[in-house]
Amino acid sequence: MSLQFVVDGLLTGSMIGLGAIGVTLTYSILRFSNFAHGDFMAWGTYATLAVVSAIGATFGKVAPIGPLSFGWPLLVALVAGMAFTALLALLLDRVLFSRLRSQGQAIIVVMASFGASMALRSLLEFTFTSRPTYFSRAIQIAMPVGFGIRITPDQIALLLLTAVLVLGVHLLMTRTQTGRSMQALSQNAALARIVGIDVASVVRVTWVIGGALACVAGVMIGILVQIRPFMGFDMLLPMFAAAILGGIGSIPGAVLGGLIIGLAEAGAVQLIGAEWRAAVSFIILMAVLFVRPIGLFGVGER
Amino acid sequence: MMDLLGYGAFFLTTALIFSLVTLGLNLQWGLTGLFNVGLAGFVAIGAYTSALLTTPDDAARLGGFGLPILVGWLGAMVVGGIAAALTGMATLRLRSDYLAITTFGVAVVVQLVALNAQKLTGGPFGIGFIPRPFGSLAETPLLFNLSNLAVVSGVTLIVYLALAHLSRSPWGRVLKALREDERAAISLGKSARFYRVQAFAVGGAIMALAGALQAHFTGFIAPDNYLPILTFQIWVMLIVGGSGSNLGAVVGSILVWGIWAGSGTLTSVLFAPEQQARAASLQIVAIGVMLCVILLIRPNGLFGDRAQRRFGKRAKAVVTKTSSGS
Repeated sequence: MSLQFVVDGLLTGSMIGLGAIGVTLTYSILRFSNFAHGDFMAWGTYATLAVVSAIGATFGKVAPIGPLSFGWPLLVALVAGMAFTALLALLLDRVLFSRLRSQGQAIIVVMASFGASMALRSLLEFTFTSRPTYFSRAIQIAMPVGFGIRITPDQIALLLLTAVLVLGVHLLMTRTQTGRSMQALSQNAALARIVGIDVASVVRVTWVIGGALACVAGVMIGILVQIRPFMGFDMLLPMFAAAILGGIGSIPGAVLGGLIIGLAEAGAVQLIGAEWRAAVSFIILMAVLFVRPIGLFGVGER
Repeated sequence: MMDLLGYGAFFLTTALIFSLVTLGLNLQWGLTGLFNVGLAGFVAIGAYTSALLTTPDDAARLGGFGLPILVGWLGAMVVGGIAAALTGMATLRLRSDYLAITTFGVAVVVQLVALNAQKLTGGPFGIGFIPRPFGSLAETPLLFNLSNLAVVSGVTLIVYLALAHLSRSPWGRVLKALREDERAAISLGKSARFYRVQAFAVGGAIMALAGALQAHFTGFIAPDNYLPILTFQIWVMLIVGGSGSNLGAVVGSILVWGIWAGSGTLTSVLFAPEQQARAASLQIVAIGVMLCVILLIRPNGLFGDRAQRRFGKRAKAVVTKTSSGS
């Protein structure tokens, strides 16, 4: 067995982990499993793709940065895509989720997110068709780094980006007033209200962080694999599994959970074949639920 | 005229098979409050089990036992029930969302097995030559459709009456009590988890039976029949009909299937063949938006019977304490 699966696993794990941060935040602060989260991912990726094409049409062909497959247009587009996805999440909350939340039945909100997920995904399929597209068709040369592992410059850049983002969100959650408000709300909503935490603004920050990170994860998939309307929906089970494995509400947990699932998937691809990859997250999920339902970093249900 | 009658019978047969799934879901969600978003998986388990038991021997894959259709149906119910019970046992002591995520996973895995375990399921090519009830009548489509409609109506009626009886029985009252006020029911000595696993298993068995019925009605099954879109359709049927009501489940199924089939015909008339796939996705968008709108303005559907209406403010006051709104 070659060690190449470590790199593949870390990359898949980064995508899953970045998505799982959003899932775990919505779950712990808004108290529902958002089935539309994967579709935020796909929408963010298509928005980024649209901006890249628009820049390409305006400025012509831009040379890529150093050995990478993309140039500054993608970076600009990624920021625009993150903003777009955050807005999309806020909008959906305004017209749908917040109204149902105020009726007080959490599971109805889950159901609505299921419906929204189907509608969002099919709308993408209608607009862009189900044919896969790519940010770039350039083929990168993978560099050998020892132990039989090869890695491309894109992959290194994306791993670094993930590390920076995760560190940033972690600092935000632990060092800023907003982050502490979010933690307070997830631990005890009633008490948080009593001490005067602005719930509406915490809810907004939750959607902005979740949406923006979903977009980054989607663009990573777009760069390394391909862009399809179903790309986010297929990530849903791994993201949920990562959030539960890490412990609901824990951001380091979600990222670690994502990495574990990514590595397990990549290992399984080598051992039993790529067609069974999607079963890995389910098996890990069931194992966690049977053995330690609060996850690695979880605190008991309140 | 005869064609129209034949189509009507065909349409109703399909709608009633859907309504059977919806009845199973209503037992899980409407009566017991268990959120299953992987029901396509349980329908698929039923269809494949029954197909394996009843098809003639096939050298290309395992099984093909050539058993009678009734044995296939029973086998489907048993396997579907066991699968649901196992899912429930893993998750029902946790928060309700975990069940949603797990059932979603079950559907993904069943789909994966259907697609990749070629030896068992025929892989992407599916399983053909599934015996059809009254197969000898296939030469005269009208008679064939009508007799199939009779069979499916009969099964639906039996399940409907059985469920009506169950929900009035002490067992059903325990489920309702658990749904309305879990603490009170537990304090009366009822094990919440045990009853919920039972309800989930019975619901799963009914869904599996519906899958088996469908398989024998069409004579051919493939993994594509059991995509998440099926789960979604059934949910819309239940919400439109009104969760908690068996009558609502049946009426909602026929109504939504009517809208679905009607708009499908409409798009095939309005759009050029190369645009059909896109039009179909627009159809799904419309149904998704419809589900969200119904949840927003009339969460009880046509015949709904959920707690919040009957108990009004009191039930609301209880739930807002445990959930957070913005």
